[in-house]
Amino acid sequence: MAQLGAVSQATPRRPRVRLTQLLERLLPKLALAPTVVLTLVGIYGFMIWTGALSLTSSTFLPSYEFAGFEQYQRLFANDRWMTACQNLAIFGALFIGFCLAIGCFLAILLDQRIRHEGMIRTIYLYPMALSMIVTGAVWQWILNPSLGLEKLMHDWGWTSFQFDWLTDTDMVIYTIVIAAVWQASGFVMALFLAGLRGIDGAIINAARVDGASLPRIYLRIVLPAMRPVFFSSVMVLAHIAIKSFDLVTAMTSGGPGYASDLPALFMYSFTFTRGQMGMGAASAMLMLGALLAILVPYLYSELRGARNA
Amino acid sequence: MLDSTRKALTPSRVLVYATLLLACLVYLIPVFVMLITSFKTTGDIRTGNLMSMPESWSLEAWSKAWSSACTGVECNGVNGFFWNSLKMTIPAVLISTGLGAINGYVLSKWRFRGSDLFFSMLLFGCFIPFQVVLLPMASTLGKLGLANTTPGLVLVHVVYGVAFTTLFFRNFYVGVPDALVKAARLDGAGFVTIFVRIMLPLSTPIFMVCFIWQFTQIWNDFLFGVVFASGDSQPITVGLNNLVNTSTGVKEYNVDMAAAMIAALPTLLVYILAGKYFIRGLTSGSVKG
Repeated sequence: MAQLGAVSQATPRRPRVRLTQLLERLLPKLALAPTVVLTLVGIYGFMIWTGALSLTSSTFLPSYEFAGFEQYQRLFANDRWMTACQNLAIFGALFIGFCLAIGCFLAILLDQRIRHEGMIRTIYLYPMALSMIVTGAVWQWILNPSLGLEKLMHDWGWTSFQFDWLTDTDMVIYTIVIAAVWQASGFVMALFLAGLRGIDGAIINAARVDGASLPRIYLRIVLPAMRPVFFSSVMVLAHIAIKSFDLVTAMTSGGPGYASDLPALFMYSFTFTRGQMGMGAASAMLMLGALLAILVPYLYSELRGARNA
Repeated sequence: MLDSTRKALTPSRVLVYATLLLACLVYLIPVFVMLITSFKTTGDIRTGNLMSMPESWSLEAWSKAWSSACTGVECNGVNGFFWNSLKMTIPAVLISTGLGAINGYVLSKWRFRGSDLFFSMLLFGCFIPFQVVLLPMASTLGKLGLANTTPGLVLVHVVYGVAFTTLFFRNFYVGVPDALVKAARLDGAGFVTIFVRIMLPLSTPIFMVCFIWQFTQIWNDFLFGVVFASGDSQPITVGLNNLVNTSTGVKEYNVDMAAAMIAALPTLLVYILAGKYFIRGLTSGSVKG
């Protein structure tokens, strides 16, 4: 009421009212502006910049001399890059596979009206709060070929036990898988548990009344209903795998030699310590490409699913 | 009640509990090993094994890790790195959370043409591998005179953290009824008043989620720390990595583990005290992203 009066009386002062109205209308955009600038420059601008660098012959300093796809060719002719990609394939597949299997299994067990469920869940998830560098340091110690697990088994009487994967060129990548699964599988468990809690209990009860056994109910009804959780877990895990840098740096520094190298580590060392900026940029672009190859189909199916729903 | 106690006695229930307990042990053992190793002396490490208790509990490794262990050429322990991390993390968390709250408010309650498009563009920022922005960021920081400084690291963490904080707040504010905002506007409240008087008082839980998520992410970050910092601005993760992988001298696992504990304690404490919010952030940050 008071406002209506104010407006009718304020006719002579119209320009000022307009100004404040204009300001009021602009305010949301102004508030968003810093983030728009930071995002456009820091994400999109920089991405294009890296793309441009990958097409030049830059080494220690950026040079903007166009070199076509030379850096990409050099990359694929490089043994170390090929090892890194192979390692990523092994690491990614095993990491995602084990995390899904363990996470799903633990979630189903935890969903059986367990006492102290909250505490158990907290224990499974705490590794996610640790830095990958801490995880790497701990597992480097546990898997230490002479003083770690091997010595423990010897002391406990299993004297023929041998475990030297950390220094074995062929096996070292699997030690990274062990540490990474330890860190992330509890997280997948939490995602699956949240999914399980979303399933309508009435359906399960109906199946039980019909005489279906519990494993059968899980295989035929529950797991198929977990498809969305499954896909989003794969997304998150693939993302972690492609970005993996800290863990391998702390555990093996890519060694022995470059046997446990991963693309992220390759990118870092070629760009920042070996002065191969162009090749580093090219490897970063390929990592982006790999991520998009997973992300785009996922987002596409998500959007289509949302439209159909 | 009776029903559940009877349930606990069947063999299959026992098997379920046994499996869950075994998994608990598997998850707990690495940190247990880390903890007991950090209290051992060098002699203990040679004579004992991973699971053996220290002969005598010693704080030697902790004090060495804190103030005199070698992290490369220098041998001043990790305390400097620890303070660097704190100096970097606190402002970065506050700024990115503040920006996220404002962005989330605009993107949910003051949409305009293009704002949804911008939100999708921002979300994409959660997904990119950061390797793709490292080089340009390094040279930009150099031009701004922020290379190898703590303010430079804060800026980097704000730029690449704001996508997550915006996501948290936007999804939270979408759940606040539009009618509330409309009623306030009819009463003459503007953009700022509605934010301060209506939205902020509702936002305590999402602020908690955001603070804890950002704190954990930024404290644990290694990539930005190792690329954009050097010498006296490096965070604890870089210090720990240098200490663990330094090639000078004899390897002292007790000191390594004490340093790892020092690096892990802040986020572990946060997790123990406010795990509920951490888990909420974890699930919403990744599933809806």
